[in-house]
Amino acid sequence: MTRLNAKYIPLIATAIVLLVSFGTGSLLYPNFGTPRVFVNLLNDSAFVGVAAIGESFVILSGGIDLSVGSMIAFIGILIAKLLQAGWDPFIAMSIALCFGVAAGAGMGCLIHFFELPPFLVTLAGLFCFRGLGFVIHQESIEIDHPFYSQVLPQLSFLVAPKAVMPFTAMCFLASVIFGTFLASFTRFGRNVYAIGSSENSARMMGLPIGRTKVGLYALAGFFSALGGIVATFYMQSGNPASFVGLELDAIASVVIGGTLLTGGVGFIPGTLMGVLILGLIQQIIIFNGTLNSWWTKIVIGALLLVFIILQKLIARPTA
Amino acid sequence: MIDWIPDLIFWIVFCAILFCSRKQRVFWTVGALGLLLLFNQFFTPGFFRIELLDGHFYGSLIDVLNQGAKVMLLSLGMVFVIATGGVDLSVGAIMAISAAVSSRLLVSEHQPALIAVTVALFISLAAGLWNGMLVAGFGIQPIVATLVLMVAGRGIAQLITEGQIINFLDPTMVYIGNGHLFALPFTLTIVLVMLGVTLIVVRRSALGLYIEAVGDNAEASRYSGVNAKQVKLFVYTFSGFCAGLAGLVACSNIKSADANNIGLYLELDAILAVVIGGTSLQGGRFYLIGAVIGGLFIQTLTTTLYARNVSSDISPVPKAIVIIIVCLFQSEIFRERLSRYIRPLGRILPWAGARPRENISRITTHDTPER
Repeated sequence: MTRLNAKYIPLIATAIVLLVSFGTGSLLYPNFGTPRVFVNLLNDSAFVGVAAIGESFVILSGGIDLSVGSMIAFIGILIAKLLQAGWDPFIAMSIALCFGVAAGAGMGCLIHFFELPPFLVTLAGLFCFRGLGFVIHQESIEIDHPFYSQVLPQLSFLVAPKAVMPFTAMCFLASVIFGTFLASFTRFGRNVYAIGSSENSARMMGLPIGRTKVGLYALAGFFSALGGIVATFYMQSGNPASFVGLELDAIASVVIGGTLLTGGVGFIPGTLMGVLILGLIQQIIIFNGTLNSWWTKIVIGALLLVFIILQKLIARPTA
Repeated sequence: MIDWIPDLIFWIVFCAILFCSRKQRVFWTVGALGLLLLFNQFFTPGFFRIELLDGHFYGSLIDVLNQGAKVMLLSLGMVFVIATGGVDLSVGAIMAISAAVSSRLLVSEHQPALIAVTVALFISLAAGLWNGMLVAGFGIQPIVATLVLMVAGRGIAQLITEGQIINFLDPTMVYIGNGHLFALPFTLTIVLVMLGVTLIVVRRSALGLYIEAVGDNAEASRYSGVNAKQVKLFVYTFSGFCAGLAGLVACSNIKSADANNIGLYLELDAILAVVIGGTSLQGGRFYLIGAVIGGLFIQTLTTTLYARNVSSDISPVPKAIVIIIVCLFQSEIFRERLSRYIRPLGRILPWAGARPRENISRITTHDTPER
């Protein structure tokens, strides 16, 4: 019973931090506690969130994916360029998703078949996608397509008075649900947890290591690409120079969401909360007005530290 | 007239170095650097030209040495961290902090350059010590422990500069990154002195052995009387110090401290340099000179791309390809497969340190218990 509880402590701690930060915001600023701010929060952190779901799977398996930020930037400029060339948005998005899956699977193959460290392979991915983005186009391209200007606004709906849930936020929530389902209720998800706990044990149990590993990097690539698509909805443009260092935000929100970086322990809904905490910190700093944006980084760093030490304290008795 | 004579001398010296290192791990790194230089010899006109202007040497090769100093300094510290089986992601952020502290002291507080430099280096030491404490004291996974400072460090640096880009003109401070000693860039002197001192300390005392022992098996080294925690603490502190030095060089180079951009992605370059130098990310062995040559290799690659008019935005792509190729050649499974297909290479590879083929059945590699 105590062991079962230990598994949930980081998740509970994350929930408490989320509630406390939302509570502080609501107490300090009169309009903070409205549904509208919350929906905005979902909207602002949608693309980071979608990418963080993919990152969660990689971290659950004990790996790491550094290529998230440049992948999002690359997909953004790819879609913007294809739309500018007169392609249908759905075809452009399908191409983007296929590219994400293929690139992720490629990195997964290098990691699995040649036993290269995930850190270096995805680092190569980071450099590669960043450069490829600039190969497509050197500067920012604005997206000027009827799908973006007319269809997308209609896909949002009213969830509360004065709070319109945009399509990006729905994409984010759908990804969370899909990710949770995949991680907790499928054979693939259990294999990911098993590999993250101990790859050798998983192999000796006869679990399909190769298929799972390649599959989960492909999945991470898919989520990154989806994050890139959501980012084009949000930004209405594609820019190869954007989202530098986004992978750090994604990794930080996964860790703050209660997932152990050693792998094997964590929950996808935790990542949702982690992303929201990061977004809330930014919102509070914006609401405050006198604090500068660099405080965000310091607070996130401090939160990371607290959570890491918390995880260490929890892991000690069971290990 | 006889333009090719200096080149010829260069290549004779280079081949001699290559020949001397033929039985060492560093052979592959030197060889890779040689291939890159050979490419430039034939396809980049003027790459090897060195001119003497106002008593200083100028040219692409000198530029490589000067610009590569930052990565070489970082990899000098990083190589020990990686040898203990860890990794230090925070060096870029520590560079920014060091640059911010020194220029703030110089400009806003009107302190002499010597004090600014000393304080900046002490703060970098403290930052490294902090990483070491998290890793050794709390037993936190190195990637995570250093991630904290990587995220927060740039924020702290901006806090110190108050979000401004601080420009300075103090001659001593400018000299660090732009000065010349014996007609060569002063940065080269910094790197060589650091390399020399480190090499002596590490190889003439038992410290190097301790570091490798901790990286090989921290538990076993503890049983044999090595204070693994102290070794780890030292390693991260030293990496912090090297990062601080690199930060000073970086801000002196451009005569200003930009907390957002100084050392951005340089931690990745440093890790890459160490890996190219032959040190495995698994830890256990380190190749100090290899790491420095690895740093030189990365800078040569960058300079080559600039010299060939490849836009700096696109240059990450070839870099990524090089990372993958280098990593593949370090993977024993890849070498084993390659040597199966290409017979002559199979005969050469064991000579350069690949394991004999019969030992690399996949089952034996996988059944080894986790460390």
